[in-house]
Amino acid sequence: MTFATPYLAPVYPEIFLLTALSAILMLDLFISDSKRFLTYAYSQLALLVTAALLVMGASGHALSTFGGMFIDDPMARTLKLVAIVAVSFVMAYSRTYNQSRGLFRGEFYVLLMFALLGIMVMISANHFLVLYLGLELLSLSMCALIALQRDSARASEAAMKYFVLAALASGLLLYGLSMLYGATGSLFMPMVANAIASGAADPAILVFGLVFVVAGLSFKLGVVPFHMWVPDVYEGSPTAVTLFVSTAPKVAAFAFFMRLLVGALGPMVSDWQSMLVIVAVLSMLLGNVTAIAQTNLKRMLAYSTISHMGFLLLGILSGSLAGYASAMFYMVAYVMMSLGAFGLILMLSRDGFEADQLEDLKGLNKRSPWYAFMMLLVMISMAGIPVSVGFFAKLSVLSAVLDAGMTWLVVFAVMMSLIGAFYYLRVIKLMYMDEPVEESPLVAETDHRVLIGLNALAILVLGIVPQPLIDLCMASIGQSLRG
Amino acid sequence: MTDFSVLIFSAFALVLLGAAVGVITARNPVHAALFLVLAFFNGAGLWMMLEAEFLSIALVLVYVGAVMVLFLFVVMMLNVDLARLREGFWKHLPLGLGVGLLMVVEMVLVVSSKQFASLGAGMAPAAPGVSNTRELGLLLYTDYVYPFELAAVILLVAIVAAIALTLRRRKDSRYMDPAQQVRVKAADRIRIVAMRAEKDR
Repeated sequence: MTFATPYLAPVYPEIFLLTALSAILMLDLFISDSKRFLTYAYSQLALLVTAALLVMGASGHALSTFGGMFIDDPMARTLKLVAIVAVSFVMAYSRTYNQSRGLFRGEFYVLLMFALLGIMVMISANHFLVLYLGLELLSLSMCALIALQRDSARASEAAMKYFVLAALASGLLLYGLSMLYGATGSLFMPMVANAIASGAADPAILVFGLVFVVAGLSFKLGVVPFHMWVPDVYEGSPTAVTLFVSTAPKVAAFAFFMRLLVGALGPMVSDWQSMLVIVAVLSMLLGNVTAIAQTNLKRMLAYSTISHMGFLLLGILSGSLAGYASAMFYMVAYVMMSLGAFGLILMLSRDGFEADQLEDLKGLNKRSPWYAFMMLLVMISMAGIPVSVGFFAKLSVLSAVLDAGMTWLVVFAVMMSLIGAFYYLRVIKLMYMDEPVEESPLVAETDHRVLIGLNALAILVLGIVPQPLIDLCMASIGQSLRG
Repeated sequence: MTDFSVLIFSAFALVLLGAAVGVITARNPVHAALFLVLAFFNGAGLWMMLEAEFLSIALVLVYVGAVMVLFLFVVMMLNVDLARLREGFWKHLPLGLGVGLLMVVEMVLVVSSKQFASLGAGMAPAAPGVSNTRELGLLLYTDYVYPFELAAVILLVAIVAAIALTLRRRKDSRYMDPAQQVRVKAADRIRIVAMRAEKDR
């Protein structure tokens, strides 16, 4: 027998990340608590090298390896880069928060990198089995991260809820995938797409499987009616973990939709389009209306996430290349905004105090004009007001839906974002027009000030000149689908 | 199927059923666990008759050899309150019987359906000398090497997560640190207080 070594070049970033995180796992044992900063520095270094390998390996066309199970196309590279940058920001923003809460441990960073590995595997998956394994890698790491603060009852409760519901969603997804396998006879996504396009597969079984697949995917994205875990997990986990949960996994969820619905089930677009319309409409309605009633900032942002993900689905359901590109643009914009919003909550918190109530933002302008201005930019962008990246994200998604001929959906979405603007603007009002309740001074680390500044600057600059990012998304999607 | 294999099948199946009943009726949890071992062993025998020798051996090695032994230890070490476990047995029996009957009916319907009958018909019998352990191994380490490695990474996550979530030093346990013990100085142990000498009266 012979064993041909697979072509490994496209997988170098993943291989390096796994090796580096295993090394950090071992190294961390020999680092004393007072020098824990080293673990943090090594982790950032590992992410930097992974990103560098990714950028250097870019070849402009799709490569596949491991017998076609792994695909490395321009979309995968862009999405991986976004995920790596997001995780790097998560690590940087959460440093002081973790130090004061006993979370500044090697496990936090190792689990974050495991989750990132899962995200990268999912982004590059071209086979149902690989996609599922990447998903489990991400879910399990995330579950451990949520429960990491084990003396907190709320974190344990959130982890338990996430674990049980994630297991249920995985079950639904696997059931759907097994139906698709039964109907098409393959686990490779291109072959599944070919089998469906050729009309050889039984349409009844395909639609039956599709329903379960869409349900499983909706859970992972956290959209209505599979959103129950989102507010509890966002509120219950330590804010450092919330920051992660709300950013990088969304990149994976987007890739998941693209690979599974567009890649494998593309010929069934008319079937899943109507399902996604229902999910998107419900998400925008419930997310925006419920967010108004929240007094907890993290919970409010959780409901706002649900509505944003509804918007993201609008781009995907329009079923055109421009629509997919606009959904990708929306996803990148959302990751930036979410990093800014939860990053600011992290920075306003201090030893023994969580700044997670709306009350805590009162009069922020008087205490720290810099942070207040940053929050203002993030909120403006989330509301979709011009001169922010959020505006162009909403605009491009809506124009894609308009091109697909669903005018009523566009009108509905605009109305919903008007409702949403209320609670984002309320935050700005609290910061600028109310008197501060809390008078204690804010301690700000230099690296945090610089990074949050960069983050907000990106939101602002991309709000003025969004074209480079739009072009990047268009190019990634265009070269990856039917390339 | 020859008469002889029917005989072996019946023997395995009957012992399997008997052992399964034993698991839920045995009063002593250790006996119940041992009955489960017997049930697994007979299940492995059935698989062996189907020429699925890899599954059969894996069942004996992994479940009987490792999982059940661990289970026995847990049963013996935890003080299981038997009376509480048995509470409500008769109350829940009707529901349990109903669910069980429903499952039997469904399985009979599925197995006796036309689709099921035609499933095995088209399959050619395996050529003599084909070892499915070897075939599985070849596939697993060549075509499926990427998913295989990913599964290994997931196991690593499970180890890291389990340790991170459960390992902590109890605050109320007393322990000593030999390194600190040998470094102790006399000054740390006794305090010399200057006092005015008092005279006896």
